[in-house]
Amino acid sequence: MRLGGVRAIVALAAKEIRVATVSPILYVVAGVFLAIVGLFFSQIVTVASLQSVQMLRFQGALPQLNLTVLVFHPIFRNIHVILLLVIPLLTMRLLSEERKHKTVELLMTSPLTLTQIVAGKYLAALAIFAGLLALTGYMPILLAAWGAVDWPTVLSGYLGLLLVGGVYLAIGLLASSLTENQISAGIVTLGLILGFWVIGWAAITAETTTVQPVLEHLSINQHLDRFLKGLLDSASVVYTLSVTGFGLFLTHRVLDSGRWR
Amino acid sequence: MIHVHELTKRYGAIAAIDRIGFDVAPGEILGFLGPNGAGKTTTMRIVTGFVPATSGTVSVAGYDVFEHPLEVKRRIGYLPEQPPVYPELTVSEYLRFVGRIKGLARRALSAAVDRVLASCGLADVRGRRIGNLSKGYRQRVGLAQALIHDPPVLILDEPTVGLDPKQIIEVRELIRGLGGAHTVILSTHILPEVTATCQRVVIINEGRIVAVDTHAGLAARLRRSEKIRLTLTRAAADAEAVMRGLPHVLALGPESADGSGGRSWLVEAELGHDIREDLARCAVSRDWGLVELRPVTLSLEDVFLKLTADEAA
Repeated sequence: MRLGGVRAIVALAAKEIRVATVSPILYVVAGVFLAIVGLFFSQIVTVASLQSVQMLRFQGALPQLNLTVLVFHPIFRNIHVILLLVIPLLTMRLLSEERKHKTVELLMTSPLTLTQIVAGKYLAALAIFAGLLALTGYMPILLAAWGAVDWPTVLSGYLGLLLVGGVYLAIGLLASSLTENQISAGIVTLGLILGFWVIGWAAITAETTTVQPVLEHLSINQHLDRFLKGLLDSASVVYTLSVTGFGLFLTHRVLDSGRWR
Repeated sequence: MIHVHELTKRYGAIAAIDRIGFDVAPGEILGFLGPNGAGKTTTMRIVTGFVPATSGTVSVAGYDVFEHPLEVKRRIGYLPEQPPVYPELTVSEYLRFVGRIKGLARRALSAAVDRVLASCGLADVRGRRIGNLSKGYRQRVGLAQALIHDPPVLILDEPTVGLDPKQIIEVRELIRGLGGAHTVILSTHILPEVTATCQRVVIINEGRIVAVDTHAGLAARLRRSEKIRLTLTRAAADAEAVMRGLPHVLALGPESADGSGGRSWLVEAELGHDIREDLARCAVSRDWGLVELRPVTLSLEDVFLKLTADEAA
């Protein structure tokens, strides 16, 4: 894309972030998110320290227990669950508001392509989400002061959360393109994310050997788990990026359809 | 500059606009006049590329709106019915954003923002959040937004709605000042607005063009006779009969008096014959107390009602 095209995307994303920083929603979401994550963190660390003391006493087998398994796996899985609440709140207004305030007429009569509009919106949401994740970075830093943090695995876990969150953000953006009502967009996002989880649960209980591997591949939890274990599996990267791309493609199609005019 | 040809937009079975066509010359200010729901906004949305047409073509500066939408959008400044503002942003933040998505270079941006802040009278509120501004100011922010990239073509959908009388005059002057260097289409359902700002008028009703002409041309076209209003304070009993007897007089009808104590008539004469002198001589020589004698021209309102009534008949 030409340089001018990128500038327009940056302008759109910057505007979106600016608008978000004015509304109280972002601060409330960030505050609640960090508070819940912090609570989980303190709980999990307390339990982990008790566990390791017990393990040491009975088995003397500390080496296979580490912070990754005892702390970061549960904390990252918890963050993943909280995303169900956080993501809809981050994405619900992205396109609904443009339609409700009729500002979409400005965007669509400016020399912008729909791809630029979708990209700008998505990147803004991704940047805000990445910022929220980065704020939880105090956890490994704090633990590094007392124990050996396996940084590559922790970073792989964060990458997994970013990619999986990226999928949810694309779903949220799609939902936001479907209605001018923010609340509806948020609830649809929540439902769609839950739908993805249901696929994962179905994968666990599936009996037949033909369906099971397919469901397992589609299950976002399976892919996240690989990242949490520090496995940078190209299949998982491709999976998350392609679902994200598909969500953005559908958003583009919705914007292109008559629905908006 | 703008060519609209056989433009039709259907929403299901209903045609919002039906085979509309008109041209706008470079530098011209064209008024788009019609009642609410006539299809003004739909037409403007198609010209700006916001809404696709069902059939027909639109070209702006030689570019087809449907073939080269980006080229057209680069050349158009558009003020929609409702100013497309973000209440969360300040006026200057907003204008910088619009400048950037319109493709203004970084260097030109600050100058452009300062220019429209000044021309739209927004310099005092540049740091205020748009959400906290009055409707009049928001409307002006909307206008500033349309002007930020100094586009050759401006499409303004009811630009003076929500403004107070002083602001309306200011905005009209601003728009008049845009003519020449810019080609402007302006929609309104307020008739004096067209007289005040536009060189030519397109009258649209129920999705069809009723007339395209200059304001004066329209009035002349609809005039089927010369009309003169006459008021006498001491009219004799035979006054009506005498006046009827004057050459070229076609009809004479009583008019409601304006409170000056006399009686008023509307005298119609054959087209192309000015009978004012004859009427005056007749009235003065008979001492009827002539206090008023003036030609009656059709106001745009009359023109509009007449045209739409003809359409319905």
